[in-house]
Amino acid sequence: MHSRSAYPTDVYFFATCVVDQFFPGAGMDAITLLERQGIRVHFPEEQTCCGQPAYSSGFPDEARKVAALQLTLFPNDWPVVVPSGSCAGMMKHHYPTLFANDPARKAAAEKLSTRVYELTQFLVEVLNFKPEDCGSDCTVVLHTSCSARREMGVHLTGRKLLGDLDKVRVAQQDHESECCGFGGTFSVKQPEISGAMVEDKVKALKATGAERVVSADCGCLMNILGHAAWKDQQEGRTTPSLPGEHIATFLLRRTAKENAQ
Amino acid sequence: MSARDRILAKLKAATPASAGELPDVAGWYATHRGEESTADKARRFRHFIELAHAEVYAVSRGGWLQKLYEVLSAKQIDKLLVAPGTPHGARAQSELPPLGIACPSYEQPIESWKAVMFNDTPASFTAARGAIAETGTLILWPTPEEPRLMSLVPPVHIVLLDATRIYNTFFEAMQAEGWKNGLPTNSLLVSGPSKTADIQQTLAYGAHGPKELVVLMIGDEQ
Amino acid sequence: MSAPNPTDSNMTPHALHFMPSVGFRARAKDVVENPFLRQSFRGAMDFLMSKRAAQFPDPEELESLRDLGERIRQYNLAKLPELLVQLETNLTRNGIQVHWAETPEEANAIILGICQKHAAQLMVKGKSMVSEEIELNHAAEAAGIGALESDMGEYIVQLAHEKPSHIIMPAIHKTKEQIAKLFHENVPGVEYTDNVDALIQIGRQVLREKFEIADIGLSGVNFAVAETGTLCLVENEGNGRMCTTAPPVHIAITGIEKIVEKLEHVPPLLSLLTRSATGQNISTYFNMISSPRKPGEKDGPGEVHLVLLDNGRSQAYADEQLRKTLQCIRCGACMNHCPVYTRIGGHAYGTTYPGPIGKIISPHMLGLEATANMATASSLCGACGEVCPVRIPIPELLVRLREESFTAPHANPAMRGQGAGYNALTSAIWRGWAAVYGSPALYRTVSWLGSRFRWLMPRKQAGWTSVRTPLQPAPKRLRDLIKERP
Repeated sequence: MHSRSAYPTDVYFFATCVVDQFFPGAGMDAITLLERQGIRVHFPEEQTCCGQPAYSSGFPDEARKVAALQLTLFPNDWPVVVPSGSCAGMMKHHYPTLFANDPARKAAAEKLSTRVYELTQFLVEVLNFKPEDCGSDCTVVLHTSCSARREMGVHLTGRKLLGDLDKVRVAQQDHESECCGFGGTFSVKQPEISGAMVEDKVKALKATGAERVVSADCGCLMNILGHAAWKDQQEGRTTPSLPGEHIATFLLRRTAKENAQ
Repeated sequence: MSARDRILAKLKAATPASAGELPDVAGWYATHRGEESTADKARRFRHFIELAHAEVYAVSRGGWLQKLYEVLSAKQIDKLLVAPGTPHGARAQSELPPLGIACPSYEQPIESWKAVMFNDTPASFTAARGAIAETGTLILWPTPEEPRLMSLVPPVHIVLLDATRIYNTFFEAMQAEGWKNGLPTNSLLVSGPSKTADIQQTLAYGAHGPKELVVLMIGDEQ
Repeated sequence: MSAPNPTDSNMTPHALHFMPSVGFRARAKDVVENPFLRQSFRGAMDFLMSKRAAQFPDPEELESLRDLGERIRQYNLAKLPELLVQLETNLTRNGIQVHWAETPEEANAIILGICQKHAAQLMVKGKSMVSEEIELNHAAEAAGIGALESDMGEYIVQLAHEKPSHIIMPAIHKTKEQIAKLFHENVPGVEYTDNVDALIQIGRQVLREKFEIADIGLSGVNFAVAETGTLCLVENEGNGRMCTTAPPVHIAITGIEKIVEKLEHVPPLLSLLTRSATGQNISTYFNMISSPRKPGEKDGPGEVHLVLLDNGRSQAYADEQLRKTLQCIRCGACMNHCPVYTRIGGHAYGTTYPGPIGKIISPHMLGLEATANMATASSLCGACGEVCPVRIPIPELLVRLREESFTAPHANPAMRGQGAGYNALTSAIWRGWAAVYGSPALYRTVSWLGSRFRWLMPRKQAGWTSVRTPLQPAPKRLRDLIKERP
């Protein structure tokens, strides 16, 4: 089993379907960030999706089918790093119960479960990564996904990484721990409620005056940035009132030596 | 089959083989709640029940009647419902009327005087069986001599409490006194005057029970 | 001054009825689009959340007490049938009459039967969500018996011909100005005042007259203790004590799950309940009733009855996972912390129990046909599970209910109405999704097509684009970028 005390040489990178298709830049930046710490990053090409969309929508058979594929992709005893708290939470906490009636896969899921890390958790808890700030003064606001916070319990690691950046001020938004309203298919099945939640979330983020929002979850970003952009269109703004990016992208840019002034 | 039998049959068909060990309630209290001196318990009791808008007066074993009289005078109350079958009720009934305070007794079943109880009984006086420090709570066990409605209907309820009877927790009180071996018709925990926050979360006192709760706490002789 | 007669014809019976979940989205939309209500719920929930947080300053104490609470509830549920019999034996020994009801109709018949035996005209009611669940007021009215709510919040919603919008704070959706108007228009002789103290004193005055003359007092039960045969009630106002002490007959009604074996199980649960619910270290009154009036006692009801109601609870009990629903002690913390409840309030749910607990308990009471969509109204954010004092895994149960609803109807279902939300097309879409995401080759192809033909993504995407810009795949996938690396 992977030991936390040893500094890993190799990791698997599980990108998630959202990063692969919608936020590939965030995935690249996460990989680069890991490589800069002297780690070989392996990207199993057969990876697709953790299966959470089907699982949380009430289609466990379909989720199992997709999850079963991912179970086969990480044969070596390396950490599996996931740039999303919610997909990491799916693999770590729900795979073992999803395969409760399939002893072989259940055992595999339980083994995998001990090796799954959310990216910021991995950077802080395993690599003890302390980013050195090469950028200029700026204020950001951090949104942490509900899965990272309540399922993975890693809501403090992203905050710690940002806190280590000398010239970055992290603003505090109102109702920080409240859900942004994404919730996968919830955003489509209950658009009124989800819409009200993201509206309030974006208002709270903007009210901090931060120049951008960062998050370790692309699902939340898709929702938050999508609403902010829609609002900009509605109100005739041409520059985004709330830009945002994955925390990996932000960290990589802040720590890039070429940014040093 | 009756509804009872059908419900029980459905439940029995699904009952787990074992419920496991009894929950360790005593263990939790042992690790999370400590022992305290009577003075500390009295202080905590007073702090919490005052937060809940009760008035507390420290009195001596011999001197509580004087304080009772003062409280009634200050509130301009000239009638106090008492339980003459209790030592404190008997004392109040013998010593207060000469000071101008009428002390009717709760001697008849409520049916014969309900209207008077509801409409013409401004205050009552009872004893507490004990109290709980961590929540600022009085323990009342109404008796045939000191019935249930005494602590509920009159707008002002005055309670005599012996500070040596304060427990740290509700759990400690029920364990020390062996409540599980027999509870009276009605036993009560009272932690302040009646209140409600049902209108716009605004706290208001005197919802349906007493508007004022006064505790005369007998401490060390002064 | 006298209370309005609850049997007045202006008391529209249909207004009291359960609303099926088909109208849920429309009702939710109405609230979401009302900035005043939005702000008012947000303020109320913020208030309750901060009150709770202040009660649990020590995280270790909180977590260990939650562990104990969960353990106590699971232990007692595991022995439920045995404990119900023990409770019945001990209550009966103490002189309390025990009745069993499988359905709301049976429960109403039992209660109204007792009322009729006593030729009762007026029943005063303490706060009881189970009596709301069986729509007792409606049944009593139909039988010509006045049923008057006496909890201030319940009295207000009854005057307004509404239902409670929160299980602990029934009138949380109303402002003091609305209540002032309601009292002024409905209580004879009352001038308009929006002073809260004055409003409460009006309610007190009206209801005191009723406590004095009522024939029957009805209450709920927070904990029923099997070993002593004791009914425990938690309240602040004193109306619960009035209902259980002043009238000649007291009828208590409770769900079969509210039982504990040992008296010592009560203190931890009581502490969790009041601190989680309203952020009080204890409620003003904790009322333990173990018998009717005994010879020589001068007050208290001569008769005490307990009605034990199933209404779908045994269905939840039969499934190991769903059984956890019954751990609930009805504190309402899940709704206070729920971002969905905060946005839409309690009435939009259309069920007696709103919020997260309502979503997981109502399907057992009403069947999944009527509640098929309730479980979808959650982002699964987990705030409810995080605060539940007895650790009910509410998000997991919501996922399970989605499965029960959307899976094609099958034999021996765990729930009434299983498959009610089944839709052949939706299921086919998910099967197709699984086929693509379960096959590396298919996924490669489909995701490649997605990036290549990203401009084909529609501008309108179901509910997503109502408040968001359309989703569009990136021109190159991560796997493409990796391959292109130097």
